[in-house]
Amino acid sequence: MALANQDLMAAIAVTRFGLGAKPGELAAARSDPQGFLKTQIRRTGADQPPGQPASTAQRMAEFRDFRKERREERLEKAADTRPASSATGADPAMMDAARPNRREAADPVKQIGNVLRKDIAADFGARVELAATTDAAFRERWALFWANHFTVSATKPIAGTVVGPFEAEAIRPHVFGRFGDLLDAVETHPAMLTYLDQIQSVGPDSPAAEFVKNGRGRGRGAGLFGGQLQQTAQRTPGLNENLAREIMELHTVGVNGGYTQADVTEFARAMTGLSIGAERDGAYGTAVFREQAHEPGVRTVMKVRYDGDGRRQTAQILADLAAKPQTAQFVCGKIARHFVADDPPPALVARLTDAWMRSGGDLTVVAETLVSAPEAWDPVPGKFKTPYEFIVSSFRAAGAQPVGFQQLGPILTSLGQKPFSAPSPKGWAEDAQSWAAPDAIVKRMQFAQTFSQNVVRDRDPKQLAADALGERLTPDTAKAIARAESRPEGFALLLMSPEFQRR
Amino acid sequence: MNAFAPSRRGLLATAAGFGLSLQLLAVPAMAADSALNRKKVIVVICRGGMDGLSVAPPIGDSEYHGLRGGLAVEGALPLDGAFALHPQLTAVHALAKAGEARIAPAVATPDRARSHFEAQDVLESGAAGVYSTTSGWLNRAVETLSAHRKVDAMSVGATAPLILRGKVQTASWSPGRAVDAEARLPTLLQDLYRNDPLLGPALARGLETETMAKVATADLDGGGAMMNVSTGGKGGGFKAGAAPGPGAQQGRDAAKKLGESLAGFMREPGGPTVAAISLDGFDSHAGQAGLLNGRLAYLDAVLDGVHQGLGPEWKNTVVLVATEFGRTARANGTGGTDHGTGSTALLLGGALKPGGIVGDWPTLKQNALFENRDVAPTLDMRGLFKGVLADHMGVDKAALDATVFPNSATARPVANLV
Repeated sequence: MALANQDLMAAIAVTRFGLGAKPGELAAARSDPQGFLKTQIRRTGADQPPGQPASTAQRMAEFRDFRKERREERLEKAADTRPASSATGADPAMMDAARPNRREAADPVKQIGNVLRKDIAADFGARVELAATTDAAFRERWALFWANHFTVSATKPIAGTVVGPFEAEAIRPHVFGRFGDLLDAVETHPAMLTYLDQIQSVGPDSPAAEFVKNGRGRGRGAGLFGGQLQQTAQRTPGLNENLAREIMELHTVGVNGGYTQADVTEFARAMTGLSIGAERDGAYGTAVFREQAHEPGVRTVMKVRYDGDGRRQTAQILADLAAKPQTAQFVCGKIARHFVADDPPPALVARLTDAWMRSGGDLTVVAETLVSAPEAWDPVPGKFKTPYEFIVSSFRAAGAQPVGFQQLGPILTSLGQKPFSAPSPKGWAEDAQSWAAPDAIVKRMQFAQTFSQNVVRDRDPKQLAADALGERLTPDTAKAIARAESRPEGFALLLMSPEFQRR
Repeated sequence: MNAFAPSRRGLLATAAGFGLSLQLLAVPAMAADSALNRKKVIVVICRGGMDGLSVAPPIGDSEYHGLRGGLAVEGALPLDGAFALHPQLTAVHALAKAGEARIAPAVATPDRARSHFEAQDVLESGAAGVYSTTSGWLNRAVETLSAHRKVDAMSVGATAPLILRGKVQTASWSPGRAVDAEARLPTLLQDLYRNDPLLGPALARGLETETMAKVATADLDGGGAMMNVSTGGKGGGFKAGAAPGPGAQQGRDAAKKLGESLAGFMREPGGPTVAAISLDGFDSHAGQAGLLNGRLAYLDAVLDGVHQGLGPEWKNTVVLVATEFGRTARANGTGGTDHGTGSTALLLGGALKPGGIVGDWPTLKQNALFENRDVAPTLDMRGLFKGVLADHMGVDKAALDATVFPNSATARPVANLV
């Protein structure tokens, strides 16, 4: 495949591999478009969003306090009036202005809920700020790819409070390291353990389960599980296979990776004991291994035997999954689909897979291979932007940055990509068919109208279009912008043009 | 659709730019009315693997309480001696009592992998196996019907669910503010998209739906209130806040309004007669009782809104509620259930014939469970869909076996549903 000319390559570099051009960025990429991207790859990992991030443990403690206060409030109310129903996890992120103020600011439930909501909004806002302003947008896109591959979502309320810290602690430091290290950091992180229900999974024949089964565990026994079982101490503790299944299906070998239901169950048994710390051992919100909750014995996962050292079983199985060729094939297919096309060239997937296997899953090598691959530079844009990409690239094109989460949350929600709230562990869809529904196009147009009126003012949309798209700007779009009756209309046409909507 | 032709949609979209009303153009373009033209079908997809044993607890099955322990549903609303409905499904229960709702308690797609994503693909594509087609069966059904009469389809939500993707350009809608009818941008973009096979038809369709929305949602109290409904991601699911509890009533109200809005579109002359909507969040690995209280209350409110909103058109309607798979018959170790196989589908509508359960009940005896673990499916979900499409919507049976549900001759259409 013939590579595009230098100007077109610069435009592809900053729009397809990056997050859309800021004014001046095309010029910076022009002399060496591939080199421009390769210099953004760095072993130490992705950038951290601006601000002072909280730790996962801090957030989880906050959420625990929120729940405690709310439970007490409910008990008080129940004593006052008729019995209240047994609610689980109202979502602090959902408790927005639409909800009528039940009480004054003194309400501790409301207070902590407000703090948590602001925290989540700040995490998300910082991430968008980084994306909208960074000079190393390929590095950031690479990190966003992995954050979506290893989705933790606010659809589970407690998980929503730790998506930001999770990305900062488990994803960003490892995205240019070995895949095995990234996998290990992610799957043993308290956010993932919580999101995919690992924290309560207990070996059915573990000492802890026996303790409860023998009737000695009532009340007191709950403490064995770090308080996780307090609300449900009546039931027999046992396995939860959610994390085990999703690691295999979504994070490593893929659904056709050659595992069976028995492998899922065995992997789940191996992971029992992996949980988060209790309040009383001062480790609340950090990952721990509880030997007494671990299912004793040898495990067999995908035909490999793992001996009885419970503490090591999870790490060994994860390392073996990371090294499998099915994992390389599955994840490289996703990388190619994310960066290049919904239906990527098989030669590109093969090239990435080969680089992965030869380097032992070295993500720096994989990223460099992607940038060097001729198949990745097809002049025809193969990707339709997701709402997040569209919004971020709009800010970059305007040379602006969001001044508050209040601007972003409702827009992204209406476009179908509610902040930090991927609908399932599979993460956000990446394909045009998912995002180009009629309603979504209308809502993008409405955003473009409002946004243009607010940001353009006295700037020339023709110049903004040249800065944003360079050689990718088509004569049709250029003509439409030139004929616009106002500057905001011209800029809105740029944002909604077929070539800006794609990359 | 040919993007160049001055089609009705193109005209409508242009009209939208000038603030003309929909009816002026739509009514003359409509085919002659007939009984079949009024038939409507709505598919509700509950994503995450909805627990059939909680939706319709088999209270007459002696194994139920033993398998479920503390997760056995308390206070279920009885249908007969054998089955009941979850206490949050009050509207569904009232319809069932009136002979306008039935349950299919042991259905499954042909997929057995217990993967959400593979099973949802099979459920929506209508294929016999995963990855064999990239369009949805409901889209192909509309394509088949379109050879004979005008049939429009709409999905609710910001993203397009697979079930309605395919050759036919379908509408989509989600709550939001109205399009500014005075702005030039829609018309300019139509021109800019004239050669764009993805964006051109999508924008035209979106503008047409916006015009219709002004009428369809006019009876609801103010468009602004609709903004509070949040949209999910893949498949455009809607998620209620956890209910019950403070805010639960708000969630229910929003859900009901959503159902009423959908019904409003379907009542419009020239409005969609085929619709799909998906609800997320049924994956109940832990804390199942509270989670399903919230989700099923939301589902019930959506269905209530559809029923109330359709008014006289309810008698022409069948609503199908389905999920990608059921869950383990036994409770797991964390107050929930893991991925299983057979689940419960709901059928509702004024067009429905009254009757008992659809399909056989395999029982929950240990040797009756699928792989000693799940409710054993006795009915192929495709047979359920095919029965409704054939007898209610008038889809050709040969097309059902070959194109709508490829290679599905063995999954016989369920007869006598309508």
